[in-house]
Amino acid sequence: MIQAFAFYLFAAIVLLSGAMTVTSRNPVHSVLWLILAFFNAAGLMLIVGAEFIAMLLVIVYVGAVAVLFLFVVMMLDIDFAELRAGFARYAVFGTLVALVLAAEIVIAVGAWSAGSLALSQRVAPTPEGMSNIQAVGTLLYTRYLYIFEAAGVLLLVAMVGAIVLTHRTRSNTRSQSVPRQNARRPDEATRNVNQPVGVGVEL
Amino acid sequence: MTEWFQSVLGTGFGWFTATLILILLIALPLMLAVAMIIYADRKIWAAMALRRGPNVVGPFGLLQSFADGLKVFLQETIIPTAANRGIFLMAPIITFTVALIAWAVIPFGPGMVLADINVGLLYIFAVSSLGVYGVIMSGWASNSKYPFFSALRAAAQMVSYEVSIGFVLISVVLWAGTFNLSGIIEAQRAHVFGFINGFAFNPLLFPMAVVFLISALAETARAPFDLTEAESELVAGYQTEYSSMSFALFWLGEYANVILMCALNAILFWGGWLPPVDWAPLYLVPGIFWFFAKILFFFFVFSWVKATVPRFRYDQLMRLGWKVFLPLSLFWVFLVSGWLMLTRYS
Repeated sequence: MIQAFAFYLFAAIVLLSGAMTVTSRNPVHSVLWLILAFFNAAGLMLIVGAEFIAMLLVIVYVGAVAVLFLFVVMMLDIDFAELRAGFARYAVFGTLVALVLAAEIVIAVGAWSAGSLALSQRVAPTPEGMSNIQAVGTLLYTRYLYIFEAAGVLLLVAMVGAIVLTHRTRSNTRSQSVPRQNARRPDEATRNVNQPVGVGVEL
Repeated sequence: MTEWFQSVLGTGFGWFTATLILILLIALPLMLAVAMIIYADRKIWAAMALRRGPNVVGPFGLLQSFADGLKVFLQETIIPTAANRGIFLMAPIITFTVALIAWAVIPFGPGMVLADINVGLLYIFAVSSLGVYGVIMSGWASNSKYPFFSALRAAAQMVSYEVSIGFVLISVVLWAGTFNLSGIIEAQRAHVFGFINGFAFNPLLFPMAVVFLISALAETARAPFDLTEAESELVAGYQTEYSSMSFALFWLGEYANVILMCALNAILFWGGWLPPVDWAPLYLVPGIFWFFAKILFFFFVFSWVKATVPRFRYDQLMRLGWKVFLPLSLFWVFLVSGWLMLTRYS
């Protein structure tokens, strides 16, 4: 009973905050609603017994991705009138995307309930005497090792690509060398001058 | 205790009552500890600056924090007209709540833990990464430029140091073989030469203990990394527009976080509730005393650093995080896992 209650609570909040993410006028509010949605999705994961995934969801999405989102969105200067002006122009395309998504959901549910296909994989219980993390680990590092490593390489390439694309050599900045700054002593950086009165200092 | 309540009040309600009592048993002493530790903090700085520190309210000024709390409680809560009201009020609540909920998985002694979950360390990591939201939201909602700068600094700083903290945690977890905090403490029993308790005495993990201590300073925005509230540049940072209880919540949350980081240092590297050496007479002292002694020691280190080290420049802070700690801790994960493959799993 309590599981069902928790499920409906979390699910309802996910849906509600998802809707609020889309409809909020203020983009910062949108991101905050999105964060609430992530949280409750983590709660749903906890209910199905995937506490490792739940924690990762909070760490990765809430702790890192959403912080960067918020960081960027806070600095944007958004004109709401201008945003709403494009509504009619994008309405047709938007409806199309929504229709495609809705159709996909219907097909997915149909396939799920029809399924003689891979029935055993629908619910994969954690092996006896193994914690959640161990089960994920043994699967990732044995059966899916190559896929896992390929994903890692892909992320590395994406990271290198992002750096290469945004990197530019700047000519007008002064680069600081911290070891050199630390090695500097007062007698190299300053000098005492015994200056006669009324005469300017030559620098 | 839970069983007794369940036998008296029935399974569901008994569990609820017992857990509620346990939560209060952790949260209320924690609040008291925060009050006393603020006093200790001020006394330590005073001693290091050859001053007397708080000495008026109560014997030796012991009641100073309570007097401050009362004063703050009686003040008016001011909400700036241009502020975003909802988020402005939510930010201190989030900071405070997040600082408290992390304590749910901290083991105070053998078996003395509210939630003995097998992802305890990940839970701590997740919760500590939420701490930044209170700061960002307060900075943005204040609609004032200094709090906003502070929020941006906080966001960048905490995200940067979390990365190296993550790798430090991974190397500890690799050695302990579990994410459960009690399990991590047990793994440190007789860890070095068969009788010294604590990962920090292991030469391969000691550098990680140092990195963790420094990253913990940065994560809680304590000196020398307190750029989010650098008073010479940003007034009081994200707290500038806050008054009364909303300010007090930030204050309490901040110190609760500091104690949490001290506790984590004790748990991850210095053996938690285990005595320093694996010698039978030392186990006669209850584990909770060893744990508190270690927390207090690390708190002293935190205050010591605050009293003696000047504030970093922002670019130095970022350099330390990304160019020193990140490669170092990443390399150490590699080193520790390689060593374990060589000795334990081959």
